[in-house]
Amino acid sequence: MPQVPNRRVLTGTHFMLGNHAVVEGALAAGCDFFAGYPITPANEISEHMARRLPEVGGKFLQGEDELCSIFAVTGAALAGARAMTATASAGYNYMQEGLEYAIAAEIPCVIVDVQRCRGENFATQADVMQMRWGPSGDHEMIVLAPSSVQELFDTTIRAFNLAEKYRMPVIVMSETTIALMRERLVIPRPEEIEIVHRAKPSVPPEEFLPFQAGPDGVPPLPAFGEGYRVLYSLNPHDERGSIHWDPDVFEAMYRRITHKITTHYDDIVRTESFYLDDARIGVVAYGSECRSALEAVELARAKGIRAGMLKLATVWPVPEREIASLARQCATILAVEMNLGKYAREIERVACGTCQVVRVTKNRGVIHTPGEILEAIEAHA
Amino acid sequence: MTIPDIVPNPLRRYLRPGSLPHFFCSGCGAAQVLNFFLQAADELGLDFDKLVAIGGVGCAARIPVYLHAEALHGIHGRTLPWATGIKLHNPELTVVIFAGDGDAAAIGGNHLIQAARRNLDVTMIVVNNLNFAMTGGQVAPTTFPDLVTSTTPYGNRERAFDLCQLAVAAGATFVARCSTHRPRVTIHTLKKAIQHRGFALVEVICQCPTYFGRRAIGSDDPAQGIRWIAEHSVSLYRAGELAEEELADKFILGTFVEKEAPVFEGSSVYPGGEG
Ligand SMILES: Cc1ncc(C[n+]2csc(CCOP(=O)(O)OP(=O)(O)O)c2C)c(N)n1
Repeated sequence: MPQVPNRRVLTGTHFMLGNHAVVEGALAAGCDFFAGYPITPANEISEHMARRLPEVGGKFLQGEDELCSIFAVTGAALAGARAMTATASAGYNYMQEGLEYAIAAEIPCVIVDVQRCRGENFATQADVMQMRWGPSGDHEMIVLAPSSVQELFDTTIRAFNLAEKYRMPVIVMSETTIALMRERLVIPRPEEIEIVHRAKPSVPPEEFLPFQAGPDGVPPLPAFGEGYRVLYSLNPHDERGSIHWDPDVFEAMYRRITHKITTHYDDIVRTESFYLDDARIGVVAYGSECRSALEAVELARAKGIRAGMLKLATVWPVPEREIASLARQCATILAVEMNLGKYAREIERVACGTCQVVRVTKNRGVIHTPGEILEAIEAHA
Repeated sequence: MTIPDIVPNPLRRYLRPGSLPHFFCSGCGAAQVLNFFLQAADELGLDFDKLVAIGGVGCAARIPVYLHAEALHGIHGRTLPWATGIKLHNPELTVVIFAGDGDAAAIGGNHLIQAARRNLDVTMIVVNNLNFAMTGGQVAPTTFPDLVTSTTPYGNRERAFDLCQLAVAAGATFVARCSTHRPRVTIHTLKKAIQHRGFALVEVICQCPTYFGRRAIGSDDPAQGIRWIAEHSVSLYRAGELAEEELADKFILGTFVEKEAPVFEGSSVYPGGEG
């Protein structure tokens, strides 16, 4: 029998645009619903989705705005879809309302935000705090920061898996730099890709308590139409989903949706260390800045400076353990980012005076050059 | 003499266990719409396992909270985007939206236009009580000129939206206006709307004794509110006989559009079947 090519997972080696790698990652992760509203530099995600998703039986929607996109995504997710949207900073502003709801009602979905600088295709990481604190209400957030085309692919898959596992929106924090870059991408075989599915109820509807969680803090999630007749509301709801304006109900709700993230630090938080074993000066970076930072560290090493880099693949929750240990080891941490110093505050908070934290900042539409970071390393070596 | 057993309302079995007492004021029109919907659903034999009831935020938006169906509630004005995602992913589901006039005509206005244009296969019931009730009786895009509300203490200086005409112009394939003073017609219209394949909008003119009644018509008596609606209503058939000025403060009741058209299946559909 002739081999039917798997249209979902394009196994092989490609030379691909970052935004397209996001789409291929989503499809490999089983995405079957996408909604988006045109915005630069995220357009290639929508355009590629519009072609690819219907081809594999998924549904594509070009919403009338970002509110439509995020709410269509949450609606589809409750109907059983693995759903995603993509936007860029200005559009991400609009999505906060939908994110608040997805967090409160515990709806798995993936949001890609290709950060842009003041309305156009210029590079920035200025929205790193908005990704954490944008929606109103008490909550934790999972935000992942890829730094290459390959990582855009891999991270998108991971985002779907985390969203399904913890029943919450997961943000892929992309940037103009990597989104509009073409690089080598290796797509593995389908059986090599780990796919996590949301937990489904194991009891019949009469016995089901939709917001009662097991030890992992995550309640099982049936799809609309499976007979469970769940009420989802932003209002304070008890384990049955009934609305109660009761301080205990508020408290239990907020505590559980934050604990389900904070208690799974080891599963969610990922970092990578480069040349850190004997480092005296540590560079902390995330996203595309890791590329320049790593080169700067290597140049410093060539000059005999004991520099190293901690790359934050997860930016939220903050990799506190790794940053704290770096702070104990190094005399100085350089907090490198493409904004005027935002995440540096988190690093300062965690370092808590154990070492000096120097902000290496830049927000002028272009990434740091390795030379600029090297200069900062040399100044503090 | 024996006291007869109290027979529970047969429609109660459609209500979510433990959801009563409801929060509607006595004489509220939205509560009547809940009742009309249950009668329509009962007469149609609607499968509540396959029903998704969606409300935004507001008094009317609370209706889904009481239905023992799949239900979504709690965000102002985004009912239609939710419905779009649900319906695209699973076209087998019956999706019914309960929206206030603020939800549908103010914050969610663009979604309404776009869903009508796309002919999304859902039923949207707009509970039009002519004001923002939940937040204390402020003026709405549907409030008639000159009426007093909590934010128009000197009389409303804006013109009122005709939601049905808006839906017709945007391409909705079923559009009707009913009112609480004519329950049977409303139930019948709801049945037709639910059965309709395509975007169905039913606007139900409702009394709001607590806010609109008190401020705009000077009475918090629900019967007075219903009487006011009756006095300001005219059937589609009789409307043609009236002059434009006479229609300025009238609700034209009837079915404006009922036609077939392809329903929305997504913005991009693969022509060659599944790849
Ligand atoms: C984003 C947002 N803005 C404002 C509100 C406050 N709010 C709650 S209900 C409502 C309007 C209620 O009016 P309507 O939709 O006509 O429903 P009714 O209560 O009259 O049934 C508003 C503005 C909100 N909940 N969310």
